Amino acid sequence: MSGRRLAAPAGHGIDRARPLGFTFDGVPYEGLSGDTLASALLANGVEVVARSPLQGRPRGVFSAGVEEPNAFVEVSAPAFRPIVPAPAVPLVDGLAASSRPGVGRLPADDVGAPAAHHRHVHVETLVVGAGVAGLRAALQAAESGDRVMLVDERSWIGGTARTGDDVDGEPALPWVATTGGALASASEVTVLTDATALGVYDDGYVVVYERSTPVERVHHVRARRVVLATGAHERPIGFRRNDLPGVMLASAAARYADRFGVLAGERAVVFSANHAGHEAATALARQGLEIAAIVDPGEGGRATENARESGIDVRVRWSVLAADGDARVRSVTLVGPGGEVDMLDADLVLVSGGWNPTSQLWRGIGGGLRWDDDRTCFVPDGIGPPWLSIVGAAAGDVPSSVPYWYTPADDLSEHFVDLQRDSTVADVLDAVGHELRSTEHVKRATYIGTAIDQGRTSGALTAAIVNEAWGEGPGAQGPTNSRPPYTPVPYSVLAGLDRGPTLLDPVRTTPMHERHVEGGAVFENVGQWKRPWYFPFPGESMHAAVERECLAARRAAGVMDASTLGAIELVGPDTGAFLDRLYTNRMSTLALGSIRYGLMLGLDGMVLDDGVAMRLAEDHFLITTTTGGAATVMDHVEEYLQTEWPELAVYATSVTEQWATVAVNGPASRDVLSATGTDIDLDAAAFPFMTWREGLVAGMPARVARVSFSGELAYEINIAGHLGLAMWDAVLTAGQPFGLTPYGTESMHVLRAEKGFVIVGQDTDGTVTPIDLGMSWIVRSDDSDFIGRRSLRRADTVRPDRKQLVGLLPTDPTVWLPEGAQLVSPEHASTQPPVPMLGHVTSSYRSPELERTFALAMVIGGRERIGGHVVSPTPRGPVECAVVSPVFYDPEGARRDG
Amino acid sequence: MLLIPCPWCGPRDETEFRYGGEAHVSYPADPEALSDEEWADYLFMRDNPRGWWSERWAHAAGCRRWFNLTRNTATNEIGVAYRVGEDPPAEVSDR
Repeated sequence: MSGRRLAAPAGHGIDRARPLGFTFDGVPYEGLSGDTLASALLANGVEVVARSPLQGRPRGVFSAGVEEPNAFVEVSAPAFRPIVPAPAVPLVDGLAASSRPGVGRLPADDVGAPAAHHRHVHVETLVVGAGVAGLRAALQAAESGDRVMLVDERSWIGGTARTGDDVDGEPALPWVATTGGALASASEVTVLTDATALGVYDDGYVVVYERSTPVERVHHVRARRVVLATGAHERPIGFRRNDLPGVMLASAAARYADRFGVLAGERAVVFSANHAGHEAATALARQGLEIAAIVDPGEGGRATENARESGIDVRVRWSVLAADGDARVRSVTLVGPGGEVDMLDADLVLVSGGWNPTSQLWRGIGGGLRWDDDRTCFVPDGIGPPWLSIVGAAAGDVPSSVPYWYTPADDLSEHFVDLQRDSTVADVLDAVGHELRSTEHVKRATYIGTAIDQGRTSGALTAAIVNEAWGEGPGAQGPTNSRPPYTPVPYSVLAGLDRGPTLLDPVRTTPMHERHVEGGAVFENVGQWKRPWYFPFPGESMHAAVERECLAARRAAGVMDASTLGAIELVGPDTGAFLDRLYTNRMSTLALGSIRYGLMLGLDGMVLDDGVAMRLAEDHFLITTTTGGAATVMDHVEEYLQTEWPELAVYATSVTEQWATVAVNGPASRDVLSATGTDIDLDAAAFPFMTWREGLVAGMPARVARVSFSGELAYEINIAGHLGLAMWDAVLTAGQPFGLTPYGTESMHVLRAEKGFVIVGQDTDGTVTPIDLGMSWIVRSDDSDFIGRRSLRRADTVRPDRKQLVGLLPTDPTVWLPEGAQLVSPEHASTQPPVPMLGHVTSSYRSPELERTFALAMVIGGRERIGGHVVSPTPRGPVECAVVSPVFYDPEGARRDG
Repeated sequence: MLLIPCPWCGPRDETEFRYGGEAHVSYPADPEALSDEEWADYLFMRDNPRGWWSERWAHAAGCRRWFNLTRNTATNEIGVAYRVGEDPPAEVSDR
């Protein structure tokens, strides 16, 4: 075990007086307050933290931040996290973690996903990143009077500042403390640590995930100005077995020593293409790390001289060829400018291939990049949204570096590029060898950049290798794009408290809902509504219940809750004229007290919705819509009134929630209503079909409409919503002697299909005209315009081979066709596909009244085929069906008056 | 998420709004007088510029009013909101 904790004063970020106990892979260890899991593991000499996901190679801690591609763990206490990088896990007492090989897993039992409170925040300036550049930007904004929020993903402010760094001539660490104190005491400044900006979106909208205790938070920040001070990530260099535990980013090793007082090994070879690597080596040497050599593939510089002055062997124009060891670096092979080879004993290889500005958030909102030859990296080009700026290392203020990507060798299959995907230089060159030119394609061939770390240490390297392989300049192509979230976030955190069946999406219930529940109804979801589907007796099957309900409605009386149908009131002198433009038939001529069925179309001539219109007064109509189409129709009405015909004086109000509807259907429905008690004259002559009357029903003021969706004599009792339950109870009690039976949407479907009544959205799908439905009778042919009218003359709309609504009767009356089943010509009944498709089944039921199965279907040239046959090739064999009229029951309409 | 300046309610989050496509595509005075091509042009064809244009929005989860908005489709920068029936500002109409 070669990692160890240094003596004080090393470790300015830890509290040696506060030891913390934790376990890793079941073994108890001790760390210190201020540690991350990674620093504590290194201090305890844990070398192999995880195995690589595909090849099972041993991997250690590679970095000191979220760029970590190796050291993934599952945390099981104090709160479960499926897979997190150890350097990003703050150590807490009682933490329990175990090794995870690159892929997370969900717990076997429900350990409780973390919830989060969501809050909305408005500030003038949001600064992302509390390193030196971010602190400076926040202080400046605070001094100008802004409300400021400063967030950093780490547990501390100051970013990567180390002992010995300076800020404007001042020692960096005291400067950070002073500036942090000034910000903390400013009244309109909020500083959040352990808080990650997951994504930056339009107009200064930033989602920040704060891992606070006891409750985590998601801040939805709207800022007038967003400053990205997200720093830079050091990048590795490819050499043989550069994935061995002990290979680590140079800046990470320096941070472990300085901040956490942890040396990651005893003797290091430092492989550095820039002065920051040399400086890290010099600093580490001062703290007791033996530096076997600094290996610089370039010509060196001032930092080289400084290192030499400290007595370090610096080899310019040398490279690391390979690391060797069993499960840890034991020796390092170097190659010199003339090809000479040297081997050194070492347990660490500290790598610094250069620096990549952390531009993920910048690019995510459309910020551009340009290649910088001197710094050998892509830097923000400054072209982005006006409210966004980027400063410090993130803006390109990073050390100059030699363009050196990997050490050439005959075998590149252990020169790792993406450690978390086990992808190597050989894999990249293989992809290029298969003519892949774009880094996006190479990504998809090699999986580089697709892991949890989103390729932070591998993206720029891959782009450079691809560019070089194609003989193009290093700036030809940048790394692949990365997307929010910046680091993984649990779905449960994004969901916040909006969880469970009622908060995920509203559940709408009618005023009679509790009675349906008591009555044992099985519900179906229709949009957000819960509607009774059928009302089974105890032990009764759905099929038996539906048959019983249908027969009751046909032979005695049935009652259903129709409260979910949309209702819109329209008031104003131009209402009639407006409805004429909305519907295909004329509504302005509707007599007071009358009702008319109507179809409305989209501009494209396709059926949009259907319902009835009631004229309540000269300038006052109520229209109904389908349950699922209510909002669409309301939007449609408002859009035309506001944008196309603002000169029409019409006011539209949704009144769906204000009304409840009890629909009584069946030959005994007049008796039921009469027994319920009403002052409305129910005589067919006084109260004819398609009229409405107002009066008292069971002592409650009601509007009763004679409309029927079953073909039977029917009364729809409309009542104020708060009286819905009382009316339902009154009707059910009064109807008992007549065999009144509650029925649900399934029986409603059977009853309406027997009559050939379509359901918009079931028998239609947005490509169906009224003519296709055989409803040309409802399309007026005078000169006046309505929405969609012109489209009915389009060449495509008058094609003779359009699908048309027909009825189907399977030759075997017991065969029940599945809805959606395809239909072909009988001559193709046994032909191997592909065969021409004639159409599909839209509705299919068993009819107790017809004592057989039947279906509605949309079939090419369907009306011409009535009298012939089609075949449905089902998995159980071809089903032959007679093509018939879609009206199966009471085609004369004799039953509507009872 | 866009911050959209509703002319009646002020700046609100995009999630409160419904998008309505290109503005100033008026319902023809007499659709029956149009050829199939002209009607199809009205029905289906919309500009798709890179840069500034005018589009329609409805404040669906707010005041439920429709209005027009200028937006740069390349940068998502929002210009001005103006009422239905008003002319687009010069920088859009001069495009």
